[in-house]
Amino acid sequence: MNIAVCIKPVPDPRFYGNISVDPRTGLLVRKGAPAVINPSDRNAIEAALQLKERHGGRVVLASMAPPDAGEALKEGLAMGADEAFLLSDPAFAGADTLATARVLAAGLNKIGRFDLILTGCESADGGTAHVPSQLGEMIGFPHLNHVQAFYLKGSLLHIEKKTEDGFMEYRCRLPAVLGVTRDINTPRYISLTGVAAAQAKPFTVWGLEDLGLEPAVTGLTGSPTQPGDLRVSELKRKVEILRGEPEEIAEKMVTILRSAGVLD
Amino acid sequence: MLKESADIMAVAEQVEGRLKGVSFELVGKARELARERGGRVLAAVFGSGIGSLGAELVAYGADRVVLVDDSRLALYRNDAYALALEGLIRKYSPGIVLFSASTCGSELAATTAARLGTGLAAHCVDLRFNERGEFVQVIPAFGGRVLGDVFCPRARPQMASIRPGVFKKPGKDPARSGETIKEEAIFPAGFESPLEAVRVVRRQPPGLPLEEAGVVVAGGWGVGSAEVWRVLEELAGELGAAVGCTRPALDEGWINDERALIGASGKTVRPKLYIGFGISGSIHHVVGMKDSGFVINVNTDPAAPVFQISDCGVIADAKEFIPLLLEKVRERKAGLPKE
Repeated sequence: MNIAVCIKPVPDPRFYGNISVDPRTGLLVRKGAPAVINPSDRNAIEAALQLKERHGGRVVLASMAPPDAGEALKEGLAMGADEAFLLSDPAFAGADTLATARVLAAGLNKIGRFDLILTGCESADGGTAHVPSQLGEMIGFPHLNHVQAFYLKGSLLHIEKKTEDGFMEYRCRLPAVLGVTRDINTPRYISLTGVAAAQAKPFTVWGLEDLGLEPAVTGLTGSPTQPGDLRVSELKRKVEILRGEPEEIAEKMVTILRSAGVLD
Repeated sequence: MLKESADIMAVAEQVEGRLKGVSFELVGKARELARERGGRVLAAVFGSGIGSLGAELVAYGADRVVLVDDSRLALYRNDAYALALEGLIRKYSPGIVLFSASTCGSELAATTAARLGTGLAAHCVDLRFNERGEFVQVIPAFGGRVLGDVFCPRARPQMASIRPGVFKKPGKDPARSGETIKEEAIFPAGFESPLEAVRVVRRQPPGLPLEEAGVVVAGGWGVGSAEVWRVLEELAGELGAAVGCTRPALDEGWINDERALIGASGKTVRPKLYIGFGISGSIHHVVGMKDSGFVINVNTDPAAPVFQISDCGVIADAKEFIPLLLEKVRERKAGLPKE
């Protein structure tokens, strides 16, 4: 079976607390945050590799990202994917989710026919959770996002879509697009042999012309939403600190809980 | 391009004939926006056997409730729901459409936006009109660390999703007047979905639902072990609190339900009292609890960022402090004279 996994390199989420906005330029300052594969995209790669191990086939990675984003794809190849495509062009910059989905769909259509397209349910940086559904619409496949579990029986997918208080069960015929959550599996570690093998795997870079797209439908120009001002969200309270012997503080806490009406 | 009216449509959510709380929050926000620029508040509801839901939405602020009652819409399914919603948008031409950013609502929003080729702002924390009359949608990015304004200058309708619990539920006025209209779902001839919704399964974590709890007890990496986590759950039980967690507590496996996760990729809570144990205060978590009433945090590190968003900070090791506090709370309860 042919599986595509769409991934996105994002600044490492552990560093988001240090991100600031330059008051002069209004641009983001991302101090020291290295790029990593978006966390739930890693789960999507893992899900694809498990399917391949069970049913055979090929796993292809695709990413729309700046040219220096090849590292994330290389890492996916080291996990065990077979081939990678980087969709990169200055004309793709500033894309919202719709323009991103359009480029990914054009890339996947050019690569070939897929039985299943997997991706993470949301990115850590933008966090919209739009791309899985919008990619499904663009490519014309049925789609489901926030998939917490699935298995394949014949050509029928049995799927659990996470909800706020449980899940919904679906069945879906292939081909399909699924966005997976971080609780679907535990992504494998990368082995040294994996890293070595990745060097020899096919890696292709395509730009605007390769995909046959007009600049008017990609990047910021092709995006219905347009960004305005950015600011850091300031969250501050005046805190009263309790220190001392734990015994004593615990008793003070009981008093606070009583005054809050939680205890009589 | 689609026609545009000044009307604002809120897409309500119902499961098995009961409206979810977020539906009223969306109607309330639509009401506020409509007050500013004129136009009516429309509420759209999809499902099967939902004929009686109109009055409740009117009482919370809708002028017109459009019900699409169809057996094919009995269970949420993005393709059928998006088709039905697209039909309503073409017929009623709302200038703005508001969605719940639940896992179903955000999927329906993204699907419908792609079909109409319009813009969608995700997880908005504020919606308003600026002095030029433009619709400003404020979205969080980088786990909530950064807030950005988003505009949708040309495409219509302008769409926004809002997480449950972010906007306040408006007051209910049973005397408000409004109309309820029934519409047919328009499916293309021979419409057969490759996607079949089988059933809804509820798996509430034990205890109170997080979003509705007046008191939330949350734990993070500093709780240290599954054993202490059980004690934290006992403490929550004694305080009548719901239990929440951060990503590290989930990753460690002390709690196995992602539905207890508070923050950017989890739930938004605003309890009267929030008590956090062993939480460092990463932005991913804080964004989901910052609007809580009174905030207490327990952490060994006086420099932990969590104290910046706390009203009361306890410098102590959560591993030792949780059992101790449980003991004191139990002593207090046992010492009270019986009524």
